[in-house]
Amino acid sequence: MKLTIDDKQVTAKPAQTVLQVAQANGIDIPNLCYDPRLAPSGSCRLCLVEIEGQRALQPSCVFEAAEGLVVRTNTDEIRQIRKTILELLFSEHKARCTTCDENGKCDLQSYAYEYQLDEASLGAGRGAEPAPNYTTGNLALEYDPNKCIRCARCVRICDEVQMAHALTFKNRAAETEVATAFDIPLNDSTCVLCGQCISTCPTGALYDRSAKGLCQAKDMVRTRTTCVYCGVGCQIDLNVNPKTNRIVRVTSEVGCIPNDGNLCVKGRFGMDFVGHPERLTTPLIKRNGSFEKASWDEAIEVIAGKFKKIKSETGPDSIAGLSSAKCTNEDNYVFQKFIRAGIGTNNVDHCARLCHASTVAGLARAFGSGAMTNSIDEFRNARCIFVIGSNTPEAHPVIALSLKEAVVKHGAELIVADPREIDLVPYAKLHLQQRPGTDVALINAMMNVIIEEGLTDKDFIAERTEDFEKATEAIKEMTPEKAEKITGVRAEAIRQAARIYATAETASIVFSMGITQHTTGTDNVLSLANLAMITGNVGRESAGVNPLRGQNNVQGACDLGALPNVYPGYQQVEAPDIHAKFEKAWDRKLSARNGLTVVEIFHAIEAGFIRALYLMGENPALSDPNLSRTRKALEEVEFLVSQDVFLTESGQYADVVLPAFCFAEKDGTFTNTERRVQRVRRTVNPPGQARDDWEIVCDIATAFGYRMHYENASQIMDEIASVSPIYGGISFERIETVGLQWPCANKDHPGTKYLHKGEFKRGKGKFHPVRFKEPAELPNKEFPFVLSTGRLLYQYHTGTLTRKVPAIHQVCPTGYVEIHVQDAEKHGIGDGDSVEVSTPRGKVTTKARVGTMVARGWLFMPFHFAEGPANMLTNDALDPIAKIPEFKACAANIRPI
Amino acid sequence: MQSDRNAPLDKTAALEICRSMGQITSDSLIPILQQIQDSYGYLPAEILFEVSRQTGLHVNHMFGVATFYEQFHLEPRGRHTIKCCRGTACHVRGGREIANTLKRQLGVEEGCTTADMRFTFETVACLGTCFLAPVMMVNNDYYGNVASSRIKSILEKYK
Ligand code: SF4
Ligand code: SF4
Ligand code: SF4
Ligand code: FES
Ligand code: FES
Repeated sequence: MKLTIDDKQVTAKPAQTVLQVAQANGIDIPNLCYDPRLAPSGSCRLCLVEIEGQRALQPSCVFEAAEGLVVRTNTDEIRQIRKTILELLFSEHKARCTTCDENGKCDLQSYAYEYQLDEASLGAGRGAEPAPNYTTGNLALEYDPNKCIRCARCVRICDEVQMAHALTFKNRAAETEVATAFDIPLNDSTCVLCGQCISTCPTGALYDRSAKGLCQAKDMVRTRTTCVYCGVGCQIDLNVNPKTNRIVRVTSEVGCIPNDGNLCVKGRFGMDFVGHPERLTTPLIKRNGSFEKASWDEAIEVIAGKFKKIKSETGPDSIAGLSSAKCTNEDNYVFQKFIRAGIGTNNVDHCARLCHASTVAGLARAFGSGAMTNSIDEFRNARCIFVIGSNTPEAHPVIALSLKEAVVKHGAELIVADPREIDLVPYAKLHLQQRPGTDVALINAMMNVIIEEGLTDKDFIAERTEDFEKATEAIKEMTPEKAEKITGVRAEAIRQAARIYATAETASIVFSMGITQHTTGTDNVLSLANLAMITGNVGRESAGVNPLRGQNNVQGACDLGALPNVYPGYQQVEAPDIHAKFEKAWDRKLSARNGLTVVEIFHAIEAGFIRALYLMGENPALSDPNLSRTRKALEEVEFLVSQDVFLTESGQYADVVLPAFCFAEKDGTFTNTERRVQRVRRTVNPPGQARDDWEIVCDIATAFGYRMHYENASQIMDEIASVSPIYGGISFERIETVGLQWPCANKDHPGTKYLHKGEFKRGKGKFHPVRFKEPAELPNKEFPFVLSTGRLLYQYHTGTLTRKVPAIHQVCPTGYVEIHVQDAEKHGIGDGDSVEVSTPRGKVTTKARVGTMVARGWLFMPFHFAEGPANMLTNDALDPIAKIPEFKACAANIRPI
Repeated sequence: MQSDRNAPLDKTAALEICRSMGQITSDSLIPILQQIQDSYGYLPAEILFEVSRQTGLHVNHMFGVATFYEQFHLEPRGRHTIKCCRGTACHVRGGREIANTLKRQLGVEEGCTTADMRFTFETVACLGTCFLAPVMMVNNDYYGNVASSRIKSILEKYK
């Protein structure tokens, strides 16, 4: 499509508006109510343009581009109108830029300058303290009606993008103001504190409360980096006041990949931990039971000496290391290299074991690769989305936006299978509330229907897969009626779900810890893979099997070999050719045997086989199952090193504590859940003598007798690329602006949007026969409930980071247990009562939340809280293949206290 | 109509209204609010939250609409509505004094309802009968050429 704008010939894409075409061609048209994330409203009229053949001036943000249009954007008449509009806005805008935080980035201000508004037309400034409104007292955001120009962008983004429906305009004409329904405080409304409203506000009317007065926008230095909180890997801009070396606020650019300027509460408001006074600033050595400050030289000497001694006495396998999903790829690579080549053991793992080891094991068996098959932006166009065991809105909030968008804007059909009534349920066509731990029965029954009703993709099964027949027997046994008895889901609902999934043109499965954290975790994953294969829903755009990875860099930590059975790039430790390749690359004899996994490491400490443990950024004293047992092991282990940002619960047990950089002080990369390798950039100066994780590891390795040295993180990535084919084409230079998705074999490879196109990584997709097994621990007389654990939107992992942020902590400051109303009545428990939850392993006191979030017969507890640690209760029974513990189902009891 | 302000409201009528609406779309919003107001006399917050749960319509939208149109009320209304004119014609002929007298006798500010739920007192821009100024209305009854001294006897007609 060709048109003319201001005498310039330009080309337009279909469905673009005149404004969008102009912007794409470097022609600036002033606008205030436009945001590409929103449906255009055409209300501010600032973007008016002259279009030949149209009688009146037209708002260019609404007017669609068409062949042959002749547009003028900047005539005298238009400029005069714009000036009048701006003057009107300013007479309502009762504030002064001199004291406004947005000064320097405010659209209204810059147009006022561009159109040279007369000082006399500016309204009288009112006091700095905004009149009481829906944000009064909120610790995250603040609204100032005096600065508001009523463009409705905040109201629209809350409705259209976040779909939280918290905001509205109240009253009319000059009285119009943004409000919540009935003016209730924001935290009592449906708001989820995503801050999308702040991000779209063109003025300083909506602003981060904690950033007020700390630096004006014009003086801030912005650095693009990757969010540290979850596997979505949102691109964030840290806004730093260079005078105070402090992160003042977080913004994100509209249009950036993968999050398009949207964030969640953690990414937007969760940075207070960075410069927190409790950060570790020097190495600490424990002497006579208490920590004393030490120099780096001392600390490293103690560690290297101790490791040497233990290795010479009982061999390399008596040492183990836990790497971290919070650290960068470079840190993880260097860490596992030290453990493998320096120490000489494969005892290296990290907490991904606790969330997605079964994903990696299951999908690798079925498809040959354990990662998300598709990209985040493909959800938008999936025709059916089957979400099972993923509380996406809480755990991966920004991905949840695409899921909702798919349903609301593109008519996708959503099926949610989750024992809890999660926030996706209102968008779902079907909600299957299966009893925890019965996923295999449910999925097999869906396949049963698909086979019965002839809905399989026969060509796909024949050409692209193997062993289909072996899997069918278990499927044929599991009729929907039988599954109804096991899962509690009506047979008819199972049938409907099966039909929707099987007949959709593109169907995408989304799952997370609700599937993986079971003793049958690997089975669950394998049966999902079966489901995708019998309907041919994998290896195509928008169709696939998509595990959402929890922590910011679990994907990377796995990719880089922080696992006991694989070298970087999922290359098997026990494969002789691979082993030989790494011996050569790392110039050392390497152990040819797989190492121990996290929980096995703790059991080996108990048994006295493992004597030294090196923790890099891990806090097993809160994250691991059966906590009392884990804590006992930490106490017992002869030598414990904790390298972290804070002195954690685990750090308390350590012999040596080392202060590390946090993500805002590091250069490096994280790999998000869609396999995208993205930059992490140094933004602020680190506290005290803290050092970068990889540098510390290199120094310990060198003192230990294995010389390791790198100039910078980029050099480490080059080494990674040279040994790990899936990262073969990745370098800092190539990912400077946008991350690349692995596999990326060489410097010319564009990265891979979706996996298994044409052929599975392992050749043919492999069906596995999977039969339903009950969870390891079933409810009984003494412990009649099923207890499940999980995460909250407002907290992150062990809470080390989020619980230091008042803006986040205000919403959900304490732990709780959810119980169904009827169960609560029966046990004499009221909402908010103190209760004791017990399992065969321990007791915890917490508060009851009575409602219908969970079905009858079971309990749910978030795991982030040290004062009511849910993991005192959970079962450390393991999945036999992936060795993942059963966090999602154990027998429990509850009583009022 | 409800008279005790603190008692929880009976939701039956609201549930019935939601059921009778059939297929809910965004066009259902205003009709639902009208029916709720007819039934409860105003738009009580707790009822609108219930309507939202039943219909999937969002409370923020209900609130926006309810504050935009004059016809909707978010506070309970008295059994009788007094409208006192503050238009120019009435003002010139002593309307101010009428309003002040009403305020004194009712013991409430304009826009408010008396504690016994007998009257809601409002002022309006012009009642359209300027030739009778000063004018006030109680429910649908007009009173023209009002003098302060008459007010007591007018109010007594409404129990
Ligand atoms: S923070 Fe998010 S959910 Fe809350 S009002 Fe703003 S856009 Fe809506
Ligand atoms: S607060 Fe900002 S985004 Fe919302 S209406 Fe006012 S100016 Fe627009
Ligand atoms: S969704 Fe994840 S990556 Fe994005 S802002 Fe939130 S925590 Fe950060
Ligand atoms: S930007 Fe087009 S009308 Fe506001
Ligand atoms: S001014 Fe009072 S009725 Fe017109």
